[in-house]
Amino acid sequence: MSAQLSIQGMTHYFGGLRAVSNFSFDVPQGAIYGLIGPNGSGKTTTFNLITGIYNPTEGKVLFEGKDITGMKPYKIVRSGIARTFQNLRIFSNLTALDNIRIARHYTTKSGIASSILRLPSFMNEEKTVKRESAALLDLMHLSSRANEEAKNLPYGELRRLEIARALATKPKLILLDEPAAGMNPKEVEELMSLIVRIRDEFKVTIFLIEHHMKVVMGICEYIKVIDFGETIAEGIPDLVGKDPKVLEAYLGKRGA
Amino acid sequence: MPNLKTIKLPKLLIFAAVLYAAIEILYKTDLMNGYILHIINQSLIYVILAVSLNLINGITGQFSLGHMGFAGVGAYVSGTLTTLIFKLSPSAPGGMLVFIASIVAGGIAAAIIGFLIGFPSLRLKGDYLAIVTLGFGEIIRTVFNNIDYVGGPRGLLGIPKFSNFTVIFVAAFLTIVIIRNLIESSHGRAMLSIRENELAAELVGIDTTKYKVLAFSIGAFFAGIAGGLFAHLLQLAHPTQFGFIKSVEVLIMIYAGGVGSITGSTVAAFALTFLSEGLRLGIRFVADTTGLPIGGEWRMVIYSLLLIFIMLFRTEGLMGTKESRLIKIGEAD
Amino acid sequence: MGSIFNAQQIVNGLQVGSIYALIALGYTMVYGIVRLINFAHGDFYMIGAYASYGAFFLFNAFFAGKTGILAFIVLVASMLAGGLIAMLANRLAYRPLRYKPKLSSLITAIGVSMFLEYFFSALPMIGPSYRSFPDILPRVEINLGIATISNYVIIDIAVAAVLMVGLTILVRYSVLGKAMRAVSQDKDAARLMGIDIEKVIGYTFMIGGAFAGVAGLLAGMTYPRIFPYMGIQPGLKAFIAAVLGGIGSIPGAVLGAYIMGLAETFASAYNSLIGEGIAFAILILVLLIRPRGLLGEKTADKI
Repeated sequence: MSAQLSIQGMTHYFGGLRAVSNFSFDVPQGAIYGLIGPNGSGKTTTFNLITGIYNPTEGKVLFEGKDITGMKPYKIVRSGIARTFQNLRIFSNLTALDNIRIARHYTTKSGIASSILRLPSFMNEEKTVKRESAALLDLMHLSSRANEEAKNLPYGELRRLEIARALATKPKLILLDEPAAGMNPKEVEELMSLIVRIRDEFKVTIFLIEHHMKVVMGICEYIKVIDFGETIAEGIPDLVGKDPKVLEAYLGKRGA
Repeated sequence: MPNLKTIKLPKLLIFAAVLYAAIEILYKTDLMNGYILHIINQSLIYVILAVSLNLINGITGQFSLGHMGFAGVGAYVSGTLTTLIFKLSPSAPGGMLVFIASIVAGGIAAAIIGFLIGFPSLRLKGDYLAIVTLGFGEIIRTVFNNIDYVGGPRGLLGIPKFSNFTVIFVAAFLTIVIIRNLIESSHGRAMLSIRENELAAELVGIDTTKYKVLAFSIGAFFAGIAGGLFAHLLQLAHPTQFGFIKSVEVLIMIYAGGVGSITGSTVAAFALTFLSEGLRLGIRFVADTTGLPIGGEWRMVIYSLLLIFIMLFRTEGLMGTKESRLIKIGEAD
Repeated sequence: MGSIFNAQQIVNGLQVGSIYALIALGYTMVYGIVRLINFAHGDFYMIGAYASYGAFFLFNAFFAGKTGILAFIVLVASMLAGGLIAMLANRLAYRPLRYKPKLSSLITAIGVSMFLEYFFSALPMIGPSYRSFPDILPRVEINLGIATISNYVIIDIAVAAVLMVGLTILVRYSVLGKAMRAVSQDKDAARLMGIDIEKVIGYTFMIGGAFAGVAGLLAGMTYPRIFPYMGIQPGLKAFIAAVLGGIGSIPGAVLGAYIMGLAETFASAYNSLIGEGIAFAILILVLLIRPRGLLGEKTADKI
């Protein structure tokens, strides 16, 4: 399997603070790849660098062979990378259905004029978008919430909604930022099988940041461990879990 | 109250036609005098202003405080064309067509300015954007104040009175339909997403730059139309008509009616225009009967208190951030 | 052309800069502590001017001829009026919206500003027209060779300087000053330290308003005309000055104000239209090139 996403020598400074240092790795196509590390180790920053929110001080991001370093976020999304957020960024005052439909917007071709004039081509596109969005909601067991304003939804459903929204952008790679945060054990189980299903049915590569070790050990095929912006271990879960450097990073010197 | 956003076009047309006919009949049979019709005309123009501002502020979430500047551009451009260049009179054959073309030209000129102002919105948020748009509005006003060709501080006078109830009504109706069709579409949802969470919008593939600039341009276009209609109703265009305080009056309308609600903006535009006129008359009445020196400024005092009260007690306005679901016919499918 | 950068212009620029500085300080302190652009701040300046006007005529009968006492009275009056109105505005209009979206506060501030201007304009005894400000202190021209200045220039600059030094001492060494700085940096942490947030905010508004009030008095004395809308232009320019210096930064406000005062004076001497527009030109340049201002801090948003 070739590397779908390739991070090469990425370094990023926030003013004087070095967040990520000479960070390199490859994410193979179709994998479920995990990035773990203590708080503040640079995980979300890595996601932000990949998706174009920050322009890395040094280094490159290649996606399917194309250099996407520093491209505008919306263009990166259109190239096939989607993401969810650690702190949920849902369109609160819009319905669940609208949240999904917006993610489909860039795939539509109708211009402003044809939407104002309500041309048949526009009406058909709207129908298609609505149908496809409803289907995605259904997949996430959120159909009953379609016309509910997102701000009224409970936390667990919002997390699923955000994943559905990311899926709606027809990605080839999805970045999930702590998808299990705040979930109870049952929800975590459901999430784990959902993620695997998404990878299998939608043929997307999954790249996730997680603190929840059950998720990481349960579904990740490869793991990379990061601390202070640098790699400290990588490989398959079983080996990484026993790596003394990893234990030290999480538990401190005496804990290892 | 009919929900302007979801009502289907044929029903909306019928509703509008009935309204139009009713007002026309009342006026023609002398049941309604010219004064009330004049207020209705002004209300309709304010509807255009409020709905177009709502597109920028309420739908796309870009705080713009210089909306009347766009109206001023429309007023002066169309006024210059009809008055100074073509020297039209209302009775001139084909005059109405030239008038409409001039109004549209004014709208396009305003749209260009709106397009330019859209760019600062890319880098600035909230407070700062508010200040910059305020500044642009004032700059536009100052510019017109200093151009002698259009009358400078005296204003552009002698504009032919082409604006009548029919023209204004049709313009307001078209504005509502066009902006509503835009909002109830994929493009409209893209704009809403920018309001809701701009970063997330970018991260689902929305070109936020394009939509911000679009919102400003389209909003400015309709404001320009409104300005042109105003100028041809009052027969003058004056720098003081397009200053910051006037922009705030339109802002009060969209907040009173509910930011993001077209129905709300329409109702509020009518209500506040009539209220304003009523206040003016009321104050004058009280001043005349009591002999107390109560000046016209009290109207603005009440207005500003109204704004403060709305912000303190009902920020959502009449209709809230969504349209009323009273009559839901169905969406664009 | 003759050099516009002569001593006379420099002195004029410093004079108007002093007045801008007093106003700008209020903007920057309030923004620093509650992240609100208080649109009504320029109107506290106006109220200070009217309050001192009123105080002068009220007390002139009792202390006629005793210029020292009268000067003190009008100074106190301007500070009290400015500070009080600022506190009232905060208490009644801004505090209820403290935890609502910032835009609501901004619009409310616009409403407060409009209200103050129109209210004063509508009051029959004040009215919309200009009023002549009395000469509380006799005007004296001082010839320095390179420039001729009036004693009012010295008064303006001196009063502003004294107040600015006083503020610096307050902010740096007093308990209130430390509390103000704490609340500016992290409201929640300050609260957890036992600081009464709303009290500190109230004092901040009061001090800012008082300074604006004094500025109004000085302006009234120097350009002896007051009218209800006199706060609009200086307020806007002082705000831009605060942005230029770095909104939230007290030294920044002072720096920005003097730069604004000098820039405006030089520009007006060159061409009056450019003089009108220079403030906005500065604003656009700052926001496009260095939005945090000269002395402002770079804020990073956590995504």
